[in-house]
Amino acid sequence: MVNTVDRSTGAKKGSGNPHPYVPATDADRAAMLEAIGVSSFEELIQDIPEKMRFPELDIAESAPELSLSADISAMAARNITPGDYACFLGAGAYRHFIPSTVNAVLQRGEFVTAYTPYQPEAAQGTLQTGFEFQSAICQLFDMEVANAGMYDGPTAFAEAVLMAIRLTHRNKVAVLETVDSRLVQVLRAYSVHQGIEIVSIAPDAAVSDDIACIAFQSPNLFGVIEDVGGLTGRAHAAGALSIVHANPTAHGLFQPPGKYGVDIVTAEGQPLGVPLSFGGAYVGLFACRQEHIRQLPGRIIGRTSDTEGRTGYVLTLQTREQHIRRERATSNICTSTQLIGLMVAVYVATLGKQGLSDVANLCYQKAHYAASEIAQIPGYSLPVSGTFFHEFAVTCPRPVADINAALLEKGIIGGYDISDRIANTMLLCVTEMNSRDEIDGLLMAFREIGGTA
Amino acid sequence: MTITSAMNELDRRLLMDRSVSGRSAVTMPSSDVPEQPLPQESLLRDDLPLPEVSQLEVIRYFSLLSQLNFSIDTNFYPLGSCTMKYNPKINDAMASLPGFGSIHPNQPSEQVQGAVQLMYKLQESLGDLTGLPGVSLAPLAGAQGEYAGLLIARAFHASKGDSGRTVALIPDSAHGTNPASAAMAGLDVVTVPSDAQGNVDVNALQELADERTAVFMLTLPSTLGLFEPSILEITQIIHDAGGLVYADGANLNALLGMVKLGDLGFDICHSNLHKTFSTPHGGGGPGSGPVMVTEELSKFLPEPVAEKSGDIFTLAKPTNSVGKINGFHGSFGILVRAYTYIRAMGRDGLKAVAENAIINANYIQSQLKDRYDLAADRFCMHETVLSAARQKRRDVKGLDIAKRLLDHGIHAPTMYFPLIVEEALMVEPTETESKETLDRFIEVMRQIDDEVSEDPEAVRTAPHTLPVTRLDEATAARKPYLRWQG
Repeated sequence: MVNTVDRSTGAKKGSGNPHPYVPATDADRAAMLEAIGVSSFEELIQDIPEKMRFPELDIAESAPELSLSADISAMAARNITPGDYACFLGAGAYRHFIPSTVNAVLQRGEFVTAYTPYQPEAAQGTLQTGFEFQSAICQLFDMEVANAGMYDGPTAFAEAVLMAIRLTHRNKVAVLETVDSRLVQVLRAYSVHQGIEIVSIAPDAAVSDDIACIAFQSPNLFGVIEDVGGLTGRAHAAGALSIVHANPTAHGLFQPPGKYGVDIVTAEGQPLGVPLSFGGAYVGLFACRQEHIRQLPGRIIGRTSDTEGRTGYVLTLQTREQHIRRERATSNICTSTQLIGLMVAVYVATLGKQGLSDVANLCYQKAHYAASEIAQIPGYSLPVSGTFFHEFAVTCPRPVADINAALLEKGIIGGYDISDRIANTMLLCVTEMNSRDEIDGLLMAFREIGGTA
Repeated sequence: MTITSAMNELDRRLLMDRSVSGRSAVTMPSSDVPEQPLPQESLLRDDLPLPEVSQLEVIRYFSLLSQLNFSIDTNFYPLGSCTMKYNPKINDAMASLPGFGSIHPNQPSEQVQGAVQLMYKLQESLGDLTGLPGVSLAPLAGAQGEYAGLLIARAFHASKGDSGRTVALIPDSAHGTNPASAAMAGLDVVTVPSDAQGNVDVNALQELADERTAVFMLTLPSTLGLFEPSILEITQIIHDAGGLVYADGANLNALLGMVKLGDLGFDICHSNLHKTFSTPHGGGGPGSGPVMVTEELSKFLPEPVAEKSGDIFTLAKPTNSVGKINGFHGSFGILVRAYTYIRAMGRDGLKAVAENAIINANYIQSQLKDRYDLAADRFCMHETVLSAARQKRRDVKGLDIAKRLLDHGIHAPTMYFPLIVEEALMVEPTETESKETLDRFIEVMRQIDDEVSEDPEAVRTAPHTLPVTRLDEATAARKPYLRWQG
């Protein structure tokens, strides 16, 4: 300890490593520079224009872990946090129970700090768990194949539409008007320079036979289960593909998309064991038919054997990918979401057959209890009919922003504002995380707020 | 090695094959609300074919699998272009604070001021480090950052009524994501050759840059680990032709505190937070690829952008935004980690990152160049590209050398990239490795070169000590087996 402090000034001496994350001491640096054959570091960067070298930075001095941790924790504490507050927000991200096994596995640095498994012999852990992920997604959706994950649900949806365009050689796509408009916004950003026509259609509208796909969301933006079989039949009659953007938890209870002959299933994977984390990192789920795998975007893990005949796993069908195919690749994806896929794999393994079914049933029971009670509160109504899972639209007696502000006062994070679709309407989500006390608290709050317009 | 022989006995059956009817790893509570009627039977699934295993089995299965991986926590990982530096543990701890890990993306900004403040401050830091002050943290990975940057370039030209700019100029040494992103953005890819020293061929660039040029995408330092000596001339050529210059920031680690991309004339760049800013790579993501632009281009940034007004932070959509490129606000958990890292390093620490990364790479290069050819015989930046051309003449390929390194507990370098180098082995040690580790790597690389002469078969059939030997990738692609089959 005394060696590192200048006794006259109390300052740290400059002979040690510059930072806990940078081990080279002054002596190491001197030895290396000598071995390189230069007398100063600057000789190594002579190609950088001299007048621009070593610019001033506004960034603060290094903060030691002790004070940094306190500082950042204080920032986190400024947020209103679900859990401290009852939360009825859904609309693309969902609050669910995450068993402790998920975080336990996520503590394994061998998973967390590995790279994309380009050297399969040194990455069998990542590869086999990725294969488990693909298998779980196929089982859940009753689909033939799944990739190893996309960035998130909306980008998976956009890539599915682009895949349908490649498969059908048609450039017009029909998207049901009942999808979350954010899905369409991402699709537009992904396809803006590809000469694609996006047509928004009503669920029962006729479709022309020049479309690449009918893409829809089920449960849809309003929480309602669409007629997956009917829409798929109409897509196929037009020679088009059927793309459903699903909610994975719903399929613990409801028929899987594969049962209806859907061609591509995408979903936000976050509900399967991934923390809300203000929207990321999540994982997009993407499943399709075996016959379409050459047009699949993203990483795919396949099973094979080694020279001794032992089973092993590798990244496969890489000729679709950007590092081989460059501008003709099926997608530009490189770094994806392997670790979030691992969380999903551990979640599905832990919940298993019974657990996921129980979670889905709890969501259904609680959401339906809440909905049936809200429908009886004067001034509130359920504007959308149809079978729903764990989300439903509620029309309020006053603007949603006012209602939500009043709820927040009572320790409740209210619903997602969909007033751009239906006036004064919010989308409420109820999951297994909402106790009956929370639900009854919401009902009481609605009654109180409702009367004071 | 006992661990290795134990691995040979390792039970690698999949979860579905371990499933025993009736077993479970967790119990869910029963419902506390009055029973609600279920929908019609035909809508309900009759079977949910998922694993039934105990909780211990879940933990043991995944824990044992984790041990089959190389990782930064356990191995030196000199994978070029990937910046496999140490991932500080405080980063993960901060990202899992309930105030960050549990907040909902649909909560309005006023409920999550701490989160939006963090995003704002990270934007400021990234803008400062790159000299490109307009920042959106939305892109979820480097390739998405590239795509966002190209959308911005196209929107900029369109705003000037300049619709004929449909070409992306891309060096032959570029990452594959560059042309793939350009194609997604509807641009025609035109390849710019490298000269004999591994630099952009400036004369060729001069010929190619014209009124069709939308953007020149340049990785700096290049994928050869070199800083372009003519960088100011290069950016000038493109600007004179009316195009924009895009920096692929994959190699930004070498530039921290050394030079700002904006000062060099770049208009747009992205940064891979999972490389330069120490967030874990996760075995293939999640990443984060913020896009940085000049003041002039900031109105085109993808949404959202964190803004500050007085003491209030909001997430806004820029006036001419290229739109929404993913579901929410970016890889927020990764943003927390990167912000934590920047604060932990501080301004001098960040400069030390680049300095030591560059010294480490040059040290390795200086100690191996008598045994391995260099892609370019001059000082490198943060990585050095070796060539196994000499070893290939002795019938051992770069791939074999890479695999042999695994037997020594060292992860392979990036192989066969950049494409313009024969038998390329791209080595990036990063600043977080000690001289002792570098010395061991050097010793092993020299030893393998000896072995190429003395026992080439041992190298050609490596690895010998891992859970599997070389895997049959051809069959995997020819007969795809992509999921558990009952």
